[in-house]
Amino acid sequence: MTDYNFAYLDEQTKRMIRRAILKGLAIPGYQVPFASREMPMPYGWGTGGVQVSAATLTPDDTFKVIDQGADDTTNAVSIRQFFEKTADVETTTETSEATVIQTRHRIPEEPLSEDQILVYQVPIPEPLRFLEPRETETRKMHALEEYGLMHVKLYEDISRHGHIATAYAYPVKVEGRYVMDPSPIPKFDNPKMEMAAIQLFGAGREQRIYALPPYTKVVSLDFEDHPFDPSKAPHPCGLCGAEHSYLDEVITDDQGGRMFVCSDTDYCEKRRAAGHVGTLTQEAAA
Amino acid sequence: MYVAVKGGERAIENAHAWLAEERRGDVAIAELSVEQIKSQLTIAVNRVMAEGSLYDPDLAALAMKQSRGDLIEAIFLIRAYRTTLPRFGNTRPIETSEMECERRISATYKDLPGGQVLGPTFDYTHRLLDFKLAAEGAPTSAPERKASGDLVPHVAEFLNQEGLIEEAPRDDTTPPDLTREPLELPAERALRLQALARADEGFTLGMAYSTQRGYGRTHAFVGELRIGQVAVEMDIPELGFAIEVGEITVTECETVNQFKGSKSEPPQFTRGYGLVFGQSERKSISMSLVDRALRWEELGEDNVGAPAQDAEFVLYHGDNIQATGFLEHIKLPHYVDFQSELELVRKMRREAGADQMPEAAE
Amino acid sequence: MTPLLSVKDVAKYYGPHIGCTDVSFDLYPGEVMGIVGESGSGKSTLLNCLAGHLPADRGEVFFDTRVDGPRDTLKMREPERRLLGRTDWAFVHQHARDGLRMGVSAGGNVGERLMAVGARNYGDIRANAQDWLGRVEIDASRIDDRPTTFSGGMQQRLQIARNLVTGPRLVFMDEPTGGLDVSVQARLLDLLRGLVRDLGLSAIIVTHDLAVVRLLADRLMVMKSGHVVESGLTDQVLDDPQHAYTQLLVSSVLQV
Repeated sequence: MTDYNFAYLDEQTKRMIRRAILKGLAIPGYQVPFASREMPMPYGWGTGGVQVSAATLTPDDTFKVIDQGADDTTNAVSIRQFFEKTADVETTTETSEATVIQTRHRIPEEPLSEDQILVYQVPIPEPLRFLEPRETETRKMHALEEYGLMHVKLYEDISRHGHIATAYAYPVKVEGRYVMDPSPIPKFDNPKMEMAAIQLFGAGREQRIYALPPYTKVVSLDFEDHPFDPSKAPHPCGLCGAEHSYLDEVITDDQGGRMFVCSDTDYCEKRRAAGHVGTLTQEAAA
Repeated sequence: MYVAVKGGERAIENAHAWLAEERRGDVAIAELSVEQIKSQLTIAVNRVMAEGSLYDPDLAALAMKQSRGDLIEAIFLIRAYRTTLPRFGNTRPIETSEMECERRISATYKDLPGGQVLGPTFDYTHRLLDFKLAAEGAPTSAPERKASGDLVPHVAEFLNQEGLIEEAPRDDTTPPDLTREPLELPAERALRLQALARADEGFTLGMAYSTQRGYGRTHAFVGELRIGQVAVEMDIPELGFAIEVGEITVTECETVNQFKGSKSEPPQFTRGYGLVFGQSERKSISMSLVDRALRWEELGEDNVGAPAQDAEFVLYHGDNIQATGFLEHIKLPHYVDFQSELELVRKMRREAGADQMPEAAE
Repeated sequence: MTPLLSVKDVAKYYGPHIGCTDVSFDLYPGEVMGIVGESGSGKSTLLNCLAGHLPADRGEVFFDTRVDGPRDTLKMREPERRLLGRTDWAFVHQHARDGLRMGVSAGGNVGERLMAVGARNYGDIRANAQDWLGRVEIDASRIDDRPTTFSGGMQQRLQIARNLVTGPRLVFMDEPTGGLDVSVQARLLDLLRGLVRDLGLSAIIVTHDLAVVRLLADRLMVMKSGHVVESGLTDQVLDDPQHAYTQLLVSSVLQV
């Protein structure tokens, strides 16, 4: 693919995207419209994240891609190969080695540092979308900080179910101003968003970029008497024994057998390499 | 014992290899050439060029071959290629009044200067399967006549001479470019037309049809439909004048629509407009109807809440590449989201005392 | 005393047609002003201009804000006006559907304004909603039901609760009893009278029904063809109408 520019996009396009990123960083949580390009992968499959990564990567970067927490899921593989081909950057599966991490639906378990950038793929950037379908109206609601409706939804959840029934893409308020969609990460990951790394969010089809500078205050919406609860399945990882990582449920047989393992594959592998064992590994060894 | 799923890379490679094999099909049968597609499946090639927003029959035909005839996939290939092309500049607006028409019809006049020219149309064919085509037949030829070379005037101009149709004054302001700036609303007509020109044919047809059935009715007649070649000219700064860089085939449709008049305007006809690459009649007529329906505000008509009157609805949902990508992305793994939903449903069912969750096998 | 609302020479045109014109009046705290007239008289246009729902073509509408004193709401920026709209102002629509979220429970409907101004305690919001449902005579057991399951009169009472929950200082009402049966109207009027008296509400009520203003309004403005033709104390205007149109209006009611 030598016919294409470094990281696929031409320099003008990258400059346009970088401007949007800088604007996003200057106004944390605000959705910056940008002229999303057609990428050689379908809309909805990470085109926003890919464009942000393309505008962010330099030849010295080390790139990691995760989808659902794992480096080896098909879409993660596909995006990693795309940048190996078009940007010839180093790639890694190790969270701590990477300088740019593109993710879909997870934040790595290992805390990120100030010299890292986390790029999220975002399907629907508008947290108010399913309360108000009109873009013209939701932009006005953001501009005027009219977020009462968002809490009405949470109120309705509690009155109907006894608690807030949003499990992923749980809305947050950024620096006391913009209500933001954190992309469909599980709510378990929400507290991690107050981090040292730069977080960039790209929505290709919806043509929006937004961002969180390091250490930005990110508060998950809740009520005083129904506080936000970032809980997860009440099990340790069956492979590495981790108690505080987000877990995938894996069906092991057709008798209803199931096991829980870390969704963050790199985290799990590192722990196992360091000698941690879970109940399943113990059984297998026995 | 659970083994973490590895080997995504090899699975993808194998899938691609299988795809390539299926694409070729039975090797005992001659391979389809791009030339064959280009010259014999022209209507499909036109659609790929129109919705791909790139006038290049060779690439469109190649994309169709590569996509196994999936036209939306072919359009996608063209769009992804187009986005990487450098821009040398803008051409001058094409002059459809100088078109060499292959087809030119008007539903509003029986006969008119320039005449009714049917051209290569399916319109009056009987839709009977032609089994002769199943066998390879001898080439057929149509009777020929020498082109008159005269300019064919636009039908709307006849009405305009009487002041019966709204003015469409020439406007040389540079229109916004959907492929270079994010779509922002409210969208002016030029931007709406650009979006419609590359919108999905099926979507546009459905929207147009809905206006005919009463969801935002505009009482449209095809004032004129013309198909033919127009010259594409570009100003070359070094030369100081415009030169012709090529010819393209386009389909132009202008509808004549009823208009009751408003406080400030007497009753007169109004226009809907469609312009599409290649011979793309259905698309261009659909486009004109939807264009006209979207103009309700400017013309002081009522918003009856019809989908085709809703610019935000039409513009945000007409692009088949955006639509198909987002639609098909639900095939991607979503097990992190699903897991969190699973936990929530279990928790709520536990609270409701609905079931006893079997313990995980440990 | 500073008027709560001071309207000066407000006008609104629809092309060459007059919506309303030359309207000026003061409304003092605790006062209820009735605006009557037949349909097309410009009374709803005026109300919508005052409430900021329609841009007026001329005039000034000074509202005595809590922080900055009298401010011309027509010249306010939209964010400020919308903030007023969900705090110190309330608007009761003729059709409850226009003023309620039909897909949200009664409790959520009442709680929305509280949450919009920052209430973040679920228990308090719910208790408040329950209290207000009681005040408008809706059974507390209906708190989690959607308004679609309510009768027309209940929907209207819910709309009123939803509006009054934040203790607005000025309430705009557009034909609040309009679409209801006569027996339901009587109950609603009775309720409104109680609320106006107990809460000391300031309100502007638009209606074509003289019985409504007789019961609720301290003062009255009579409108015809976009102009105010007569104004004064309610009893005075109704019992001793001066303008021919008012006389007609009053006599037509009396004859019924």
